[in-house]
Amino acid sequence: MTLTDTKQENKLGFFVRNQTIVVPIAAIFVAFVLGGILILLQGVNPLVAYKAIFSEAWFDSDGLLRTFQKTTPLVLAGLAVTVGLRVGLFNIGAQGQLISAALASALAGIYITNLSPIFHVLVALTCGIIVGAIWAGIAGILKAYRGVHEVISTIMLNSIAIGILDYLVSNPFKEPDQSLQRTKKIAETAVLPNIGVIPFGFILALIICLLVSWMLNKTTAGFRFNTVGKNKFAATYAGINMKLMVVTGMLLSGGLAGLGGAIETLGITYRFEPAFNAGLGFDGITIALLARANPLATIPAAILVGTLRAGGASLQFETGIEPEIVDVLLAITLLLVSAPILAKYLFKGKAQKSANVTSGWGN
Amino acid sequence: MLDFIKDNKKPVITLGLVTVIAYVLYFLDEIKTTSVLVFGWGYAVPLVLAAMVGIIGERTGVVNIGIEGQMLMSAFASFFGSVITGNIYLGMLIGIGAGLLMGAFLAVAAVKWEMDQIIAGVVINIVAAGLTSFFYAPGKTLPQLMPVVSIPILSDIPLIGPVFFRNGLFALATLFIVLAVNYAIFKTRWGLRSRSVGEYPSAADAAGINVTRVRMMNVTLAGALAGCAGAFLALEAAGTFARGLTAGRGFLALAIMIFGAWNPMGALAAALFFGLSTAIASQLQADEVINIPQQFVNLLPFVMTLIVLSIAVGRVRPPAAAGQPYTKEG
Repeated sequence: MTLTDTKQENKLGFFVRNQTIVVPIAAIFVAFVLGGILILLQGVNPLVAYKAIFSEAWFDSDGLLRTFQKTTPLVLAGLAVTVGLRVGLFNIGAQGQLISAALASALAGIYITNLSPIFHVLVALTCGIIVGAIWAGIAGILKAYRGVHEVISTIMLNSIAIGILDYLVSNPFKEPDQSLQRTKKIAETAVLPNIGVIPFGFILALIICLLVSWMLNKTTAGFRFNTVGKNKFAATYAGINMKLMVVTGMLLSGGLAGLGGAIETLGITYRFEPAFNAGLGFDGITIALLARANPLATIPAAILVGTLRAGGASLQFETGIEPEIVDVLLAITLLLVSAPILAKYLFKGKAQKSANVTSGWGN
Repeated sequence: MLDFIKDNKKPVITLGLVTVIAYVLYFLDEIKTTSVLVFGWGYAVPLVLAAMVGIIGERTGVVNIGIEGQMLMSAFASFFGSVITGNIYLGMLIGIGAGLLMGAFLAVAAVKWEMDQIIAGVVINIVAAGLTSFFYAPGKTLPQLMPVVSIPILSDIPLIGPVFFRNGLFALATLFIVLAVNYAIFKTRWGLRSRSVGEYPSAADAAGINVTRVRMMNVTLAGALAGCAGAFLALEAAGTFARGLTAGRGFLALAIMIFGAWNPMGALAAALFFGLSTAIASQLQADEVINIPQQFVNLLPFVMTLIVLSIAVGRVRPPAAAGQPYTKEG
């Protein structure tokens, strides 16, 4: 082997070793190329379209605030799915947990009064976390004690949450004299402020990311989670209480999604309106898979998705392309990070397997 | 015939009981009973078809969570196929073709690439939702309505005739599809091979069955049934396409599959149970016998799914190898 061959090997070796980063970036790149072709087919220069998205999202102070606002609940939704994946649970119900929590914290922000500002925010956030955790906990209990697969139960719970919330905001908690179905504004004392263009909730979300990363990687509880997620049989054999792990995994995941919904209400929308939260939980799935279930990697993944969501709106205004192009970009990205197409093409035999969460039904 | 009844005791008894009750009600109130049954069967049709997709997949060892997305893509393709070609029959074929493609996609991802089957399915759902909402164009209408066909003699039977034998093409075909799938799974060589692949792939492999090929083929072909379900929703039931048209039916179908113990006749009975209870709840609501907010009535199928699953799982046994990729050794 000549010197240049070895060098070549080492260069590739760097990419092979870091394929958890290389594959998502390649996936995003390919998605933008394919999305660009779609945009081109609609008679618009893709570069102009992408420039419209990013200049709006990053180089405009209103746009930058909106980017952070979009990103904040996404970080937590992604984190919720990530924590679930680590315990071997696929929580596709982050949506239902997030929206029920968003309403719960709105109600706490409206109807609990006479509290000091910081305390009121804490109470409202806690309400959100608890409601999110309970909503996911139902799926956890059904899985642990009745063997109901969480993918089905959480999807059902999503639909149930949407129905119940729709009823609640169109009847008992509807803002009076308003045609829109939404609640009143929360009290001043319950508002999470913005610091310049950065919502306080965003900082909170980053701190939670660090905490979850620390919990998963450095604590006994995290070790148990990972063991259960990697090999149930080994975990049972080692004396880990599987039922307890399933329920706590779902509670934690739902609590994180709930916190996302609560922050969304208290720091961004200041009231609950169903349309505000559409699709956040499903973006959470994309983010978690893009981040390969790594809590810290959910931050850049969420920023990317948040950027596209924030910039997508101006896309229609400037180029006439429908903002749903963002859904297509994210769908292609999701496909490429979760299916081993890219990894196999790029690394042949050295490709690592992507996430594995499941076996059949009922266990 | 006797064999068939012996093999399907529970579903046959359930269906028999339902029939008797339906006729008693029919003599009490002809119009209402017929309308409840028509609504119930219309509700059940896509669920039955989608449950067949799940059953064929899992009997062969592949879990299909992506039925929802497969149906959505097919509904989209059949509707806009009809609009563009100006012919509803071409639209039907395009819808079924889209289902086949979606089935082939799951087959390649889950069987060939050995991707996690649940993740593959969820990805199909998200991708389908994204693509159909981007390419959706509002304000289009079907070039013609789905013709209603009556089967001679059968459609003259009181109650059962108008409900099951005077329908659009997909609803008519559904009963026969269920019987055909049931026969194919339990009485043919293909069925025996498929089940062995779903129960004990390494033994099937040792007996000379190509596990990968059987799985690829079945998951792909099942996609065509998801195509029928989607085309039924767009062309026959709704007569239009809207974003998120399938509204969770792909997941209800999985619950029905489990409730029916991975058995086509069982799934038919389970889907009828879902359809009829929803229809009865709507009728009671309309008659103001019960007075609960409409939002809660709409939730009924989802709550029923959770209850049914928490009772049924554990009492019924899934195919042993469902969800497990098969890697040939050596």
